[in-house]
Amino acid sequence: MSSLVFKNVRHRYDREYSVNIDRLEVAAGKLVCLLGPSGCGKSTTLRLAAGLESPLEGEIQIDGEVMANDSIFVGSEDRRVGLVFQDYALFPHLSVQDNVGFGLSHLSRADRRRQSLAMLETVGMQGSADKYPHMLSGGEQQRVALARALAPNPRVLLMDEPFSGLDVVLRNRVRDETLALLKKMGTTVLMVTHDPEEAMRMADEIVLMQGGRIIQQGSPGALYSQPVNAFAASFLGDVNRVPVTAVGECYETDLGPVPAAPDIDGPVTEILVRPEAIRFLPAVDAAAPTGEVALSRNLGAFCLVDILFKSGFRATARVATLHQPIVGETCSIALNLDGVFIFPSAANAQKANNPVSN
Amino acid sequence: MTALEFDKRPSPARWGSRHKGAPLSTAVVLFIALFLSIPVLVVFGYIFVPAGDVWAHLASTVLPLYLVNTVTLAIGVAAFVLCIGVGAAWLVTMCEFPGRRIFTWALFLPLAMPAYIIAYTYTGMLDFAGPVQTFLREAFDWTRADYWFPAIRSLGGAVAMLGLVLYPYVYLVSRAAFLEQSICALEVGRTLGRGPWRVFFSIALPLARPAIVTGLALALMETLSDFGTVQYFAVDTFTTGIYRTWFGLGEPAAAAQLAAILMIFVFSLILLERLNRGKRKYHHTTGRYQKITRYPLSRLRQTLAVLACFLPVFLGFLLPTGWLLKDSLSHFDDVFDAHFPVLVLNSVAVAAVAAGLSLLLALLLIYGIRQGGRAPSRLKQLSLRIASMGYAVPGPVLAVGILLPFGFVDNAVDHWMRTTFDISTGLLLSGTMAALLFAYIVRFLAVALNTVEAGVETVTPNMTLAARTLGVSGIRALLRVHIPIISGSLMSALLLVFVDVMKELPATLVLRPFGFETLAVRAYEMASDERLTAAAGPSLAIVAAGILPVIVLSRAIARSRPGQKHRMKPGAL
Repeated sequence: MSSLVFKNVRHRYDREYSVNIDRLEVAAGKLVCLLGPSGCGKSTTLRLAAGLESPLEGEIQIDGEVMANDSIFVGSEDRRVGLVFQDYALFPHLSVQDNVGFGLSHLSRADRRRQSLAMLETVGMQGSADKYPHMLSGGEQQRVALARALAPNPRVLLMDEPFSGLDVVLRNRVRDETLALLKKMGTTVLMVTHDPEEAMRMADEIVLMQGGRIIQQGSPGALYSQPVNAFAASFLGDVNRVPVTAVGECYETDLGPVPAAPDIDGPVTEILVRPEAIRFLPAVDAAAPTGEVALSRNLGAFCLVDILFKSGFRATARVATLHQPIVGETCSIALNLDGVFIFPSAANAQKANNPVSN
Repeated sequence: MTALEFDKRPSPARWGSRHKGAPLSTAVVLFIALFLSIPVLVVFGYIFVPAGDVWAHLASTVLPLYLVNTVTLAIGVAAFVLCIGVGAAWLVTMCEFPGRRIFTWALFLPLAMPAYIIAYTYTGMLDFAGPVQTFLREAFDWTRADYWFPAIRSLGGAVAMLGLVLYPYVYLVSRAAFLEQSICALEVGRTLGRGPWRVFFSIALPLARPAIVTGLALALMETLSDFGTVQYFAVDTFTTGIYRTWFGLGEPAAAAQLAAILMIFVFSLILLERLNRGKRKYHHTTGRYQKITRYPLSRLRQTLAVLACFLPVFLGFLLPTGWLLKDSLSHFDDVFDAHFPVLVLNSVAVAAVAAGLSLLLALLLIYGIRQGGRAPSRLKQLSLRIASMGYAVPGPVLAVGILLPFGFVDNAVDHWMRTTFDISTGLLLSGTMAALLFAYIVRFLAVALNTVEAGVETVTPNMTLAARTLGVSGIRALLRVHIPIISGSLMSALLLVFVDVMKELPATLVLRPFGFETLAVRAYEMASDERLTAAAGPSLAIVAAGILPVIVLSRAIARSRPGQKHRMKPGAL
């Protein structure tokens, strides 16, 4: 059963829809990431789920109960959802323990204390129960915010960019710890992020949004390897935009011929190629696409290699460092068609205005 | 309020498309702001009312005098407060000498002393019959004609009195500015071969200048507002001129026009400060704040430094307070008569009510403009600015700006009632407690606004939302989240307004209900009757109350770290 369901939900602040979702489901125990550029409506979607915004149309359900539709609106205080804010929003006047116990006011003092301490222990913060928020580091504050949201045993945990306040090194660790904890507790989670790497790392399912709409929804692997349009392809990872020079049986490009896809609706002016789909041939092959290595950057496990073709087109390839080519070297390449995406150019032109670099 | 508003919404199923900011709150905020700006608008409105012969008479006789005296006073006070304020701030921040830590906070103390009270005490000490001159006469066997002694009741005396109690404004901001300056900038100066004096003039002072101008503008606003001192010293300035034109000559229109001229002075000061503030953000190139290595001083210089810091505290606070104490004790029965508790009660009651009302209004305005957790609209921000404008309005101007419209309403109502029902209602607003409280709120709301706003800003919208998702909303969220976090600021706001009201003289003098006496009014009346010893009791009580915010202030500053903004005595700036 789905813990959280959006049906035909529309919301707007101004003239245009900020959220326009036909259907969104978060299955029980799953972690779903709302991913998208800023202003795509992902945070509003989260606020709709939390009851901090009310939809203009449509229905929102939690555990099968209607939270909002034309006649009902359950306020966030009665929804039994947990919300972790980007800035944590810890109460500065309360100790860590009292912060965690804030949502447990229905319990007796002793029970509240016991449960808060148990929750703090779960997140590994039992030693800081009597401290105040300003005495904690960023990572510790994040864990307290998580404990506070989880303490009342919410039906859905909502997280709004919960790791963006942490520095890179800490972020990876806290992310893994949080994920492990949420999985252990079997919590249903809807999380907002603008970082595709974070989404792929944490999510059971990614919901990619743009302009208030859901562009694509699926497992991280599916989104990465089967994007539905150029925007999805470029948002989830780097792509080379390779101009199509001729169209016949195949699309002719500097990177070699790509078999035409039969079901493409419209002209194709460029194809998208993931850097790792470019493979170096062991020797120069006159029959294969050939270019000169213009730049070679070692990033540790793999390296990024820029190849300059005669036409002046420059492509970036990602190869294992063991095979790092040398700048100035001539090389021949082949394409792995799994990392090659073809979309009609109208859609490309429309969506390609969102260059993404990560 | 953000939290409450959700509860009150009857059927909140469809508010997804509502417009940003509810129009109701905008209307309320705007209405309050406009209501509070009535005095200023009235005063400026009178520029266009012909005042006839009186004005020509004023212009040809006293106006040049008012102008020269006011400007001289302002320039004199500016020089005075700059020397003491900036100098003392530099000494306690950058130099090491005995007692430095005590002076750090003690230099605030004169802030507790209203200018008119210090004027009374120094007159008591230094005039012909005072102990100093008496001592000189007895010691040297002089008579009145044998010696010259500077007259304390003069323009120079007024400069000294105002300078002694207003320099803390400049001291406060300069010290904060020197502390905030990255020590690296100063150290670079030293490594480039500049000595302490040249580092001060070529680096520290230019960096601190924007802050110093702010402090100076506050001090000058107080100078322009001063009524008690110049009135007592018989120095004719705009404030005394306004008072005399109305109550001596009985010419309200001319008084309002004088008030308008004074307001133009005040607004130019505000403008100056605003323009200056644009340049305020000197960015520090390093975020590191090292511990300041203070200059060690030679024995001689240490003595001079101690003297330079001690004199302002001694002359601005210790000596006059001691004098008041002596007078109060030596004339104990005369001072603390049966009437004294009534004075205290009146002062405390009116100050407490004014402080409470100001606090409520401030909360209403601030939660009104913050409604919905979204950025407040321009209109609302403007309203807030208008509502805090009164802080810049000198007391006599305020009195004029309130008496005129209130009198108009009284007359209109009385006339209508008489013609319709043949009943005379007399004065409904003028000379009532309502008029007085209105004046206090207009004048001091900015104090409450600034303090409350600083507190409310620490409650982020997300904290309110976090409480909601944890099942706590409405009144309970207010009690459990907002109030505990901002309670400190609310207390400070109450205290600051309370003390400001207790010290306020000119508006109280003019607007109070008949027979209603406060400590400030009694001190003024006794001093005007040349019964300075009888003025000592009320004066001492006011000073005692004035010390409270100084303590709060020094504690706040002691807690703050470099890089943090100090919340200083606020202004409408």
